[in-house]
Amino acid sequence: MKPAAFHYVRPADTGAAVAALAAAGEARLLAGGQTLGPMLNLRLARPSLLVDIARIEALRRIERRASTLVIGACVTHAALEDRADSSPTGRLLAHVASGIAYRAIRNFGTIGGSLAHADPAADWITAMMLLDARLRIAGASGERSVPMVEFMKGAFTTDIGPAELLAGIEVEELSPQSSWGYYRVCRKVGEFPDAVGAVILDPERSMARVVVGALDGAPVQLPALAESVAAQGAGAAGLEAVSAAVAQAAPGLDPVELQTHAVAVRRAILQAVGK
Amino acid sequence: MTSQAPGKGIGARLLRKEDARHLHGRAGFVGDISMPGLMEVAFLRSPLAHARIRRIGIPPELAGQVFTAADFGTAVKPIRTPNSTPGYKLSDFPALATGKVRMVGEPVAMCISPTRAEAEDLCQQVTLELEELPVVVDALRARQPDSALVHEEFGDNLFVTTVTDVRFEECAAGAEVVVRREFDLARVAMVPMEGKGALAWWDEGADQLVVCTSTQIPHPVRGGLATCLGMDESRIRVIAPDVGGGFGFKSMLQPEEVCLAWLALTRRHPVRWTEDVREHLLAAAKAREHHTVVTVHADRRGRILALDVEFTADIGAYSAWPVSAALEIVQARSNFPGAYVIPGYRCRTYAVATNKPPVKPYRGVARPGICLAMELTLDAVAHAVGREPAEVKLENLVPAAAMPYKSVTGMLYDSGDYPRCLGTAIEKIGLSQWRARQRAGEPDGRLVGVGFLTYIETTALGAARWAAMGIAVVPGPERATLRLGADASLEIRVGVKSHGQSLETTLAQIAHEILGIDPADISVVHGDTGITPYSIGTINSRSITMAGGAVSRTSQALAERIQRIGAHLLGCAPGEARLAGGAVQGPGAAVPIREIAQAWHARPQDLPPDIGGPELTEGYTSQVDSGAVGYGTHAVAVAVDPETGAVEILDYVVVEDCGTVVNPMVVDGQIVGGTAQGIGMALYEEMPYDIFGQPLASTLGDYLLPGAAEVPRIRIYHMEIPSPYTAHGIKGCGEGGALGAPGAIVGAINDALRPLGAELNATPATPRRILDAIRHSREGAKR
Repeated sequence: MKPAAFHYVRPADTGAAVAALAAAGEARLLAGGQTLGPMLNLRLARPSLLVDIARIEALRRIERRASTLVIGACVTHAALEDRADSSPTGRLLAHVASGIAYRAIRNFGTIGGSLAHADPAADWITAMMLLDARLRIAGASGERSVPMVEFMKGAFTTDIGPAELLAGIEVEELSPQSSWGYYRVCRKVGEFPDAVGAVILDPERSMARVVVGALDGAPVQLPALAESVAAQGAGAAGLEAVSAAVAQAAPGLDPVELQTHAVAVRRAILQAVGK
Repeated sequence: MTSQAPGKGIGARLLRKEDARHLHGRAGFVGDISMPGLMEVAFLRSPLAHARIRRIGIPPELAGQVFTAADFGTAVKPIRTPNSTPGYKLSDFPALATGKVRMVGEPVAMCISPTRAEAEDLCQQVTLELEELPVVVDALRARQPDSALVHEEFGDNLFVTTVTDVRFEECAAGAEVVVRREFDLARVAMVPMEGKGALAWWDEGADQLVVCTSTQIPHPVRGGLATCLGMDESRIRVIAPDVGGGFGFKSMLQPEEVCLAWLALTRRHPVRWTEDVREHLLAAAKAREHHTVVTVHADRRGRILALDVEFTADIGAYSAWPVSAALEIVQARSNFPGAYVIPGYRCRTYAVATNKPPVKPYRGVARPGICLAMELTLDAVAHAVGREPAEVKLENLVPAAAMPYKSVTGMLYDSGDYPRCLGTAIEKIGLSQWRARQRAGEPDGRLVGVGFLTYIETTALGAARWAAMGIAVVPGPERATLRLGADASLEIRVGVKSHGQSLETTLAQIAHEILGIDPADISVVHGDTGITPYSIGTINSRSITMAGGAVSRTSQALAERIQRIGAHLLGCAPGEARLAGGAVQGPGAAVPIREIAQAWHARPQDLPPDIGGPELTEGYTSQVDSGAVGYGTHAVAVAVDPETGAVEILDYVVVEDCGTVVNPMVVDGQIVGGTAQGIGMALYEEMPYDIFGQPLASTLGDYLLPGAAEVPRIRIYHMEIPSPYTAHGIKGCGEGGALGAPGAIVGAINDALRPLGAELNATPATPRRILDAIRHSREGAKR
């Protein structure tokens, strides 16, 4: 379980990283390496070149621009977990980060790596769907921006082109009165969840969003359910109603999967409405 | 150095002598050794579960770097494991596949290179042409006459079967209640922290093959290698360096060890193979996987009249050497009654060959499964007669007054008070409070339940017991060599192998108890056939009882010599001198051991005549050959979330009796570690296979192990009833934790699910299995 030989470069900036990707045959980006490392060892990934972007400073920053939070792709889960930001957005990000794997993995693993890998059970894809994030993708001709709903095409498939890299994530901050819920059903500490329910209620911005994650593909929104929860509160979140909404949005779940996902969504709703 | 060290002998909570090197990362495992010219080995393994080998294609430029069974010629014999149980069939386990492959992961070729990564590169250049054969995956299906065959020469897929009947019909006739249950225990991996590893070289100076291997049984491995390689044992030295856990996984001769030994013999440069986690999960031996049908015939109070068992063990493709493919079933047959009085008994067992890695004796061997089956069936019996399960169990236990007790299968239970053990557990877990809490209901909608399991732990079995199981390598008198140094330090040499049991500490405590030498001045040498007396090794929770007994006996013999010299130096009669407090006390004066040791080494003119040397070896066997039988009760309270199937352990109590406790911290460590593995079996661990025999868990992402967060604080209570038959009254304690946890936890889950009418009779109790059980009971209720 040792990797096959590969070349390794550590470019100084995003432009050089993109250039390295474009020049090589089978190049892979290396950020925190928490998924790619094992895949290399198992020889499931056999790139000819690894482009290590983990130390590119521009990708490691978190900046606030007006009401937008811009998170560099190479910000670690631990950095988001440890951030002193008591706003609803800050607390949501810290909560999601703190539930990912173990601290040792969070110290290395990055939000951008997780999104670019697009494992359907990973937390950030669900959380970013919930926050309606925009993803900034850098290529040879500059940066473009893609909404989360268009970013993930399916399991382990994204909109990132072969000579592009995910540079950052833009999140509109929630209003101070907003509330959220995030519930993962998980076999044990450190595992990927079997189901995720995620909810934001932000009446100030007339926004209510319910997302179900850890499906076969990308997480999906449940807009009708979100609307009725916004209008009626917890009363709209009976297990049968939630189950019906999940079944419609994510067909093909077996009875146990459907129940588990519906329970996750329902419990996230109850967290958000404060019950 | 010879001053008395109070509170360091038997019973002391002494910190471990092993801790410093392990906690500082300075221990020396097989993987830590570096040698000039060392080459690393990677194995090419079968991707198919059952196939005929048509061709192994090796690029010509790789000659001398890739080896197959063809290169062995007649120099390497397959591993052959006899067992004298009538009807037992031999299955040769080739060191490298010959003719057929019978499991995914079976070694087919080996590649050598200066680094493991390059050796793996070589493996990928070898092509395998395999002709697929029908695969045998399910043991019950494999028992059918029309099944495909793993070993054609068998004529069926049965390594061996047994039938036992002791007054069954006669006792069952009076039953008023008959309860039948069927259980499926998952196949699991053993996953020691350090996987298997071996490093072999030819020692020109000693003219010996040296095999440095991560094993629990260095002496038997030497014998096994000698047989496979056709060599004299004296030409082989086996060294087990630091070993990072075994749990039974390292209690057999592995094909890879034979391969490495052959490479070292023929290549004359050192070679090493280090098993990685993927190899461990895919290819290495596994454990458990029983299908058990239990029928209890009882009276109207739930008292057992007769027990009927059908036990099918999925043994996999080959037999583990030396314990054989029969161990699992012969142990199930003799241990099924456990701690209970069973008047009538019938048991049919089947050891079945399938296209999976062989089953090895993992911590507890068959007993975690049979304990689970027995206890869950007794829970069902109690409900059938409308009584509290804990009370029904209490009434069925072997009473203390019956000790020593001969079980229906002829086993001798040496000592103890089983009802007091369960009674203490009932009290400590607070059964009545949990029943009240169940009646009140939980505010969060979860369901709580309590489970109890009382086990016996048959440790340190002697030669007669092993021979009765038909096993070819049986333990004889356990030996210890003691060497008193000129500085009054003591070196203890034993043939067992401490691989996490803390024997470097506990054996020193036993010697200290007798000789008064500070444990800090006592070193324990173990795991090297070149310098330790023969032993069957560290298996069957035998080391503290047997090697401890040997250290005790040899210490006494050494003490007698020390007393004689002391008396001589003091000028008193030998009968007037007594070794105590690190000195020989005479009528008027005392002489410290240190002075005696110096005289022994440097001033022979001061010694009495015919005293012999300061090194001696004695052998030890217990007064009975039937083992020291420990026991214990696990009591667990759980909360089950009926919406998600999640299980939380709310409280965990272990009450146990391993006789005289040598070091309470070490015993507690054994209990907690075993319980953690039992929690794994109960809730997480499972090695599933698809219909093609492909393992479906190949990384620790798929094969879930309990971590720190999943193991609760375990409240441990000791009863110390000494064994009447062993030195110091010690009984073994290595397996109890793993024996108790699975059945106690699943029992607690069933107790919680009872209001929903759901019952689970399989491990692990995953959320999916729990939700399915709830759903099926609802659907059943609707119909």
